[in-house]
Amino acid sequence: MALRPLDNRRDLSLIAELVEPSSRVLDVGCGEGELLEILANKRNVDGRGVELSQEGVNACVTRGLSVIQGDADQDLADYPEDAFDYVILSKTIQATRNPGAVLRQMRRIGRHVIVSFPNFGHWKIRVQLGLQGRMPETDTLADKWYDTPNIHLCTVKDFVSLCDELDLEVVQGLMLSGGNVRQASSPGFFDNLFAEEAVFLLKRR
Amino acid sequence: MGTSADRPADKARSQDELNTAFETVTFGADQPLKLDCGVDLSPVTQAYNSYGTLNADKSNAVLVCHALTLDQHAANVHPATGKEGWWQGMIGPGRPIDTNRFFVICPNVIGGCQGTTGPATINPATGKPYGLDFPVITIADMVRAQVQLLDHLGIDKLFCVAGGSMGGMQTLEWASTYPDRVFSAIPIATAARHSAQNIAFHEVGRQAVQADPEWHDGAYYDHGTRPRKGLAVARMAAHITYMSESSLYQKFDRNLQDGDEFTYGFGPDFQIESYLRHQGSSFVDRFDANSYLYITRAMDYFDLAAGHGDSLANAFKGTETRFCVVSFTSDWHYPTTYNKQIVHALNAVAANVSFVEINSDKGHDAFLLDEPEMFSTLQGFIDSAAERRGLT
Repeated sequence: MALRPLDNRRDLSLIAELVEPSSRVLDVGCGEGELLEILANKRNVDGRGVELSQEGVNACVTRGLSVIQGDADQDLADYPEDAFDYVILSKTIQATRNPGAVLRQMRRIGRHVIVSFPNFGHWKIRVQLGLQGRMPETDTLADKWYDTPNIHLCTVKDFVSLCDELDLEVVQGLMLSGGNVRQASSPGFFDNLFAEEAVFLLKRR
Repeated sequence: MGTSADRPADKARSQDELNTAFETVTFGADQPLKLDCGVDLSPVTQAYNSYGTLNADKSNAVLVCHALTLDQHAANVHPATGKEGWWQGMIGPGRPIDTNRFFVICPNVIGGCQGTTGPATINPATGKPYGLDFPVITIADMVRAQVQLLDHLGIDKLFCVAGGSMGGMQTLEWASTYPDRVFSAIPIATAARHSAQNIAFHEVGRQAVQADPEWHDGAYYDHGTRPRKGLAVARMAAHITYMSESSLYQKFDRNLQDGDEFTYGFGPDFQIESYLRHQGSSFVDRFDANSYLYITRAMDYFDLAAGHGDSLANAFKGTETRFCVVSFTSDWHYPTTYNKQIVHALNAVAANVSFVEINSDKGHDAFLLDEPEMFSTLQGFIDSAAERRGLT
């Protein structure tokens, strides 16, 4: 997964607030460990990370974080059931090969699941594709179509429907647009149109 | 009590003749070493080096475990070769294993030949060196001996156990068998089981030693000789497995030793031949051939999962030890896949584990070399573990 500049990661502080203090957390696709560091410093969390890029992993370990080189699609199967209080996938699900299987594994190994992703249903994206007839490029999805790691983009609506299929209950939904955050545990038409990014806290139904 | 630390004779010799300080402790018949093969071995002398100072509550001890042909001289000039310690880059003031903060112990393994009891030691029953009468030892036996040494030093819980290759095997054995005594563990470029390929290379080496007529069925000490040629060939074959193809290419390629022409003979035409011959002949000056047989055997027998229902994860069940597993991209002897098996097993018990693969073209030997990325990641891991252990 591409390394993520912090200025583009307002979802991280929101995620950190969803996590109970002193809990056990697995951050899947943890990059250079920005979220894990926030969680360790502010929430006293026992955090672990999985990161695909070796540069990211080495940077994390150098910062004193417990991180392994691994792949969301492959390596979650290793962990035992209920190994963590929270399993977090921040802006990574769209880059996995099999998002459904990844979510199923997260549901198995974590009592809670937190997922953040760029909303492909945002109006700007719809305009670019629908009226201009071009693959969208936005602040949250800045790569060219031929140069993007994002192979499984979805809308807020798509995601909620997948959660329903996987027996995952939405405990909290946070819709991000501009500097605003709107709570929506059952997001509707306007959320799907105006959220640039979404953060969901889920648990087994 | 058969224990006598710092035997004056050894101490005098090490300081006056060898210009270094290594210490020894001997455990007598009242404290035999109980070996996996069923033998109770005594007396057992252990040679070790230490660096730094043990703190008041004895919580800052780091055990460094050496690889097959190395010894207790991890961070001091080797008394026999005059070369600097094999982990000088890792251990020392301001180094990742910082001797300003930690008390570092590096013992010579049981079966070794640098002062710890091994096949070249005099068998008190016969008055002659053990030779092949020395019992076959295992990695677990090496660790049992280290437990005895630490008990003797009054160290209950190690802050860290670290080692590469066979040292990594000891590290895993420690973490698995004595989890309450290991706060953090750093197995590097290692395996939880010796593979058929690993065993195969070792067998070539052992056969080379045993094929040398000077080996005398292991009793060469009595004949005033040594299987120099056999051991040198064993070392040459092993040395190839420690390097990568690309490092051989960069260092030697097909370069000739002298001039531009082949000699049309069997002398060392190529630089790589000359290099390997040098590695072989310098090795036999410092290593006992029977020790080589016994220690390679111990590595071959190593399979941590075997004692745990063939599940490596079970070997670490409930562990609270913090792990940092390290591998190197060009290591084909103990490749990343072997090290990742350890990581998978640790994940399966939700252990606290970090895993880094260091980009290096130096092959298996990289763990002994100046690898800045290895140093910086281990520095991060050790510092964060020390913080959680309350060490400043």
